Amino acid sequence: MVPLSYYLGLSAVLFCLGVLGFLIRRSIITIFMSIELMLNAVNLSFVAFGAYLHTLNGQVFVFFVMVVAAAEAAVGLAIIIAVFRTRETLNVDRVNLLKL
Amino acid sequence: MLHLILFFIFAAVCIAAAINLLAQSHPINSALSLIVVMGSLAVLYLLLGAEFVAAIQIIVYAGAVMVLFVFVIMLLNAGTEEHTGKSFVAWFIGIPSVIALAALVVYSLLLHQGQTGNASVSSTSTIGSVQEIAKLLFGKFLLPFEVTSVLILIAIMGAVVLAKRGDN
Repeated sequence: MVPLSYYLGLSAVLFCLGVLGFLIRRSIITIFMSIELMLNAVNLSFVAFGAYLHTLNGQVFVFFVMVVAAAEAAVGLAIIIAVFRTRETLNVDRVNLLKL
Repeated sequence: MLHLILFFIFAAVCIAAAINLLAQSHPINSALSLIVVMGSLAVLYLLLGAEFVAAIQIIVYAGAVMVLFVFVIMLLNAGTEEHTGKSFVAWFIGIPSVIALAALVVYSLLLHQGQTGNASVSSTSTIGSVQEIAKLLFGKFLLPFEVTSVLILIAIMGAVVLAKRGDN
């Protein structure tokens, strides 16, 4: 038997690593992957709480989070392609103008 | 006991791959590390008795979403990331506060461990898990389920419009 606090601790560590990646990385694709890491960390705590409370609602919520993450990935990567097409760079420090 | 050993093995793999995601300078290495994170999270879901979530974690996340990422990295020919001016706020305020937050959460969880108890479920309660989830999805959560299908449709149209080559 694994205590609930271990799962929540792992989830917190993964979430903080995602935030750290969001802050220190400069490539727009890696920043986007850090966001996916944060979403995965939250999913783990949903499933852990669902198992702890003996309910399936947590797993249903994870399903919805995954749907939103898939939609976000599709739109976000399309935006990355559009940004690369106009700026020819993936570095977020070089993308500092709203209009070219 | 076996659960605990498996948990520690895959939690260690998970955290190591997440740190590797931050440490690698080439986006393709980061993407492959993220796939390892998702695979080990799927094993942790299996340990929690969530077979359906583990399956869609592999199929949707590691399969579809990460293939999309790798495809875009190759399409844009993304190379090693260049290190331009580091943000002062991110390095001297953001990172210490993130580490402090992680330490605080883990410390408080371990401190109150006795009150939360065990999260592992018995093997009998997972039988018919997919069936029960389907009953919930198409019963109690029918309206949110239909709304997400509209969301997916909008996302598909938005992706096509955004990625389409302009007339100029």
